[in-house]
Amino acid sequence: MVSVLSVNNLRKAYGETVAVDGISFEVRPHEIVGLLGPNGAGKTTTINMVLGVLEPGSGTIHIEGRNVATDRSRALELANFAAVYAPLPGNLTVFQNLKIFGLLYDVADLPARVDELIRQFDLAAFRDVKCGRLSSGEATRLCLAKAMLNRPHLLLLDEPTVSLDPSIARDIRLKIRAFARDGVGGILWTSHNMYEVAEVCDRVLFLSHGKILLEGDPKTLPREHGKENLEELFITVAREPLLLERA
Amino acid sequence: MRFHRTYAVVLRHFYLIRGSFSRVSPLFTWIAVDIVLWGLITKYLNTVAASGVNFIPRLLGAVLLWDFFIRVMQGVTMTFFEDVWSRNFLNIFSTPLSTGEYIGGLVLSSVATSAIGLVVMLILAAAVFGLSFAVLGALAVPFILVLFLSGIALGIVGCAVVLRLGPSAEWFIWPIPAFLSPFAGVFYPLSILPRWMRVFSYALPPSYVFEGLRAVVSGGVVSMRGLAAGGCLAVIYILLACRIFTWVYRKAVRSGLIARYSAESVS
Repeated sequence: MVSVLSVNNLRKAYGETVAVDGISFEVRPHEIVGLLGPNGAGKTTTINMVLGVLEPGSGTIHIEGRNVATDRSRALELANFAAVYAPLPGNLTVFQNLKIFGLLYDVADLPARVDELIRQFDLAAFRDVKCGRLSSGEATRLCLAKAMLNRPHLLLLDEPTVSLDPSIARDIRLKIRAFARDGVGGILWTSHNMYEVAEVCDRVLFLSHGKILLEGDPKTLPREHGKENLEELFITVAREPLLLERA
Repeated sequence: MRFHRTYAVVLRHFYLIRGSFSRVSPLFTWIAVDIVLWGLITKYLNTVAASGVNFIPRLLGAVLLWDFFIRVMQGVTMTFFEDVWSRNFLNIFSTPLSTGEYIGGLVLSSVATSAIGLVVMLILAAAVFGLSFAVLGALAVPFILVLFLSGIALGIVGCAVVLRLGPSAEWFIWPIPAFLSPFAGVFYPLSILPRWMRVFSYALPPSYVFEGLRAVVSGGVVSMRGLAAGGCLAVIYILLACRIFTWVYRKAVRSGLIARYSAESVS
C-alpha cells in the first residue's frame, strides 16, 4: 500500500541553527500520526515543508508518490491543512472563503460540497458572516471545514482543537477520526494535549531538537520508557531528551 | 495552468470590492478628481494662451492616459496587498495554486478595475470638457495597450518588492508613478529633457505613447516604429517582471518567509 506521506531524510537549517535534522517517517492511509514535541522541536517547520511553503535543505517529501519539490501542484491537490496560526481571511464570509478555496483545490460539485461542510461543522448560522466576526471556536471549525474541502488524502492538523471548548473539541475529534476511518486519507496531527493525542492517534513521533527521538503506539510507549502516561513522557522529552537518546 | 484557480483569485477580489465602499470608491473617485482638476486647468490655459493651441486633448488627454496606467498598476498591487493585509500567504500558497496562476489572477483583476476607471474617465472628460478620444482614431488601441502592458509589468514588480521587503514596503510602491512621470514625458515632449533623462525615457514604454499623443493632436505623424518599440519593451518588461516575482517567491520559500510573513519578520 502506498503511503499517503513519505518523508525521507528531511533537513532544514537556518544558518547555524538546525530546525529539522534528517527525519524520515511515513503516514499510511487511515492512520492518524501524532507529531509531538516541545516548542521549537521542528513540528511546524516539518509541516511547512510538507505544504510546500518552505523548501527543505535536503531530503524528499512525497504525497502519494508525488514529489512536493518537483510536482508541487499535483502533490498539493491531495493535501490540505488547518492550523490555529493560519485563520482564513476575516474580510470574506464563511461561504465566500469556502468557495474560493474550493476553486483553488478544484473541488467537484463545489456548491454541494460547501453546503455539506457548512452543515457538518455547524456553521449554517454563520454562512454569510464575515470570518473576522467569528469566535475563535467558530473560526477553528471553519478552518477544519476548509481543510476537508477536497477530501484530502493527506490532512495536516496543527493543534486543531486548541481554541475549542471540551464538548466541541470532542465532536471535532470524532469527525476527524471518522474522516481517517471512512475516507481515503491519513492524518498528521500536532498537539500539546497529550490526553487528546492518546485518544486519537494510532502512532506518535516525538521530535526534539529537529530529530525523531521516539516512535510508537501512544498507549504503550510511556510504559516502554518507564513513564505513567504520555504527558510524563512528553515532559521528559522536553527536559531531558538525552536520557531517552541513551536508552 | 488551471483557469479555475486564476478565477478564484479574481473572484476573491470581486467579493472584497462588492462588499466594501472603501474599495469601490477609489476605483473612480481620485481619477474623477484628477479629470476635473486638470480639465479646469486646461480650460484656463485655453483662455490665457496666446497661441490658440487647444490644451484639452494635450493635457487632459495625457492625464487620462497616465491615470489609466496608474490604475492598471494599482489594480495588480491592490489585489496582491489584499493577501498581505489579511495574512493569507500561508493559506493561499499551500494550495495547488502556481505563481503563474496567481499572477494571472492579479492581472485579470486589474483588467476589470482599470476598465471601470477608464470608462469613468472617458465619460467625465467627454461630458464635462468635450474631450473626444475619436481624435486618436485607431491609435487609441495601441496607446491603451502599451500603457496597460506597462502598468501590468510595473504592478508585478511592485508585488515582488513587497513580497521581498515586507508589508511596510508598500509605501515604496505608491509613489512609483510620480517618480516615473517626469521621465515618461506625460506633459511635455522628450526633446526638452536633459540628455541623461532622455536615456531613461527611451526605456519607458509610456514615453512612446505620450510622444504619439502629442503628434496626433498637433496633426503630426505618429512614429509607428516608436510605438512598436514601446510595445516590445512592455512585453519584455512583463516577462522580466514575472521572472523577478517567481525568483523572489522561490527565495521566500527557501528562507521560510512565506510561512511567517509579517512586517516584523521580514527585515
